[in-house]
Amino acid sequence: MLLKSAMNGTTLVIRVAEDRIDAAGAIQFKERMRDLIQAPCQRVILDLGQVHFLDSSGLGAVVAVMKLLAPERKLELAGLTPTVAKVFRLTRMDSVFTIHTALAEGLRDAG
Amino acid sequence: MLAERLAVPVMAATEVRFRLLAEAGAVRDGLRLIFAEEPLLSMSGDDRGNAEIVLAEVLNNVVEHAHAAGSGPILLVLSLDEGFLHCRVEDEGTPMPGGELPGGHPVDPADLPEGGFGWHLIRLLCHGLRYERIGGRNCLSFSLPAERSGG
Repeated sequence: MLLKSAMNGTTLVIRVAEDRIDAAGAIQFKERMRDLIQAPCQRVILDLGQVHFLDSSGLGAVVAVMKLLAPERKLELAGLTPTVAKVFRLTRMDSVFTIHTALAEGLRDAG
Repeated sequence: MLAERLAVPVMAATEVRFRLLAEAGAVRDGLRLIFAEEPLLSMSGDDRGNAEIVLAEVLNNVVEHAHAAGSGPILLVLSLDEGFLHCRVEDEGTPMPGGELPGGHPVDPADLPEGGFGWHLIRLLCHGLRYERIGGRNCLSFSLPAERSGG
């Protein structure tokens, strides 16, 4: 599970450099994320622009990461591809995340 | 061993059969292969996306529940007919609890659930979902809308 992280001001941006977050990779994703979010930052944006598929295990892992950040920080998502966006929409989990159309938009929204 | 981990397409009339092992990695490899072959290859992007969501959930359920105690073979049979992709998934694992499909009631997003999404997604996207236990095998069948791309 290749995740690339970079600081943009006080925002930690983590890009998933994989085409899927699925049952075979969900635990590894969660563990890698747990390490990366130790970096001091005000916001965390997960860039999913390269991820074409996310199953229910992958969705569960993204929710788990959001809970690791709470209550001080929120997990924001960017660049959802069509099938990934559909999984969030059908499960109504799009209602609990801040979702940016693209990473650039998420970085602009910095408060 | 490697060949066994991959799904193997076998043409039989209009049905396409894939065999894969009930293991998370084999399901991932199998889905890649299945979606690179007909009939899924030439389906529209939207219908391919729905099919991948459903097939991934169904196959991962077999791995995590029916075959929780150990791997075994899964047979996936696909056929395309009049705008629908008909799917049948068979495995030799343990039966569904109570001999019935889970209800798939939607979880409440406010509870921040980390699971329980699978059957809800399957039920939302599938038509004619049916489960039978036949001769020690779980047989799940369902259909999905299937437009041809660029058609």
